[in-house]
Amino acid sequence: MNKIFLRLVLCVFGFVLSAACFAQDAKPEMADVMRSNGKIYVVVAVCLTILIGLFIYVFLVDRKISRLEKGKD
Amino acid sequence: MDVPRLFILNETIRNLYFHVCMWFGMMILFGVSFVYSIKYLRGFKLRNDIFAHNFAAVGTFFGILGYATGTIWANYTWVTDQSQSLGSILKEPKLIGAAIALLIYGAYFVLRGSFTDMDKKARISAVYNIFAFAMLFPSIWIIPRLVGSLHPGAPGSESGNPALNFKDIDSRLRMIFYPAIIGWTLLGVWIANLKIRLQLIKDKTLINE
Repeated sequence: MNKIFLRLVLCVFGFVLSAACFAQDAKPEMADVMRSNGKIYVVVAVCLTILIGLFIYVFLVDRKISRLEKGKD
Repeated sequence: MDVPRLFILNETIRNLYFHVCMWFGMMILFGVSFVYSIKYLRGFKLRNDIFAHNFAAVGTFFGILGYATGTIWANYTWVTDQSQSLGSILKEPKLIGAAIALLIYGAYFVLRGSFTDMDKKARISAVYNIFAFAMLFPSIWIIPRLVGSLHPGAPGSESGNPALNFKDIDSRLRMIFYPAIIGWTLLGVWIANLKIRLQLIKDKTLINE
């Protein structure tokens, strides 16, 4: 009985130790898309912001032109 | 194209071709707007007022895009990886200066909108536009260069002045950076040109050439 108890304790100790070792080895795995590949996705986000912004702006100008065209007819 | 390999910045150094070019484009478009405002005050031709208004509008839009891209860039470099506090970013003089400059231009459009008389509107907003351009000098060019700043070009920083000094920017970046400024500015000029032509058609009856 005592032996089994000792084994169990050792086993649990081993698990905890290995878990601690594992935690030290690997960095916390997070959803770091923006920080992967040398932060290239930050550049992508910046590029897309400008593109979407320009598209919205040009679209608004386009709508103004259509309104003018309708007013003429 | 290879870029200089730097810590914290990593590949985001490539934002130089987008974020920085937006501000350069804004400055050039505001400069053009300023010239047309002076031209309006010399001859009181309504045509020049339309030019000044639309160049200022596209310039402000470029400024807003510069601000939006700057927030993304700052989030992944200054805030997280350089562990700057939010306070030090809110204190950043270039951010405050750029916000002041954009708000002054925002007031230009408010001023324009508040007149019903066309000639009065054109005349007062032309004078205000000259003041707004003059305010760009201290708010975005002088004060951020005098006090400590996270942006490059601040006193005490090792980065020197990459925006204007040829020796402080890597030649590989320069090869794309300068054409990119020209390209983005020409895109802005094109959009402004479309808006101007639209306005000229609208006001055809009012403008006597």
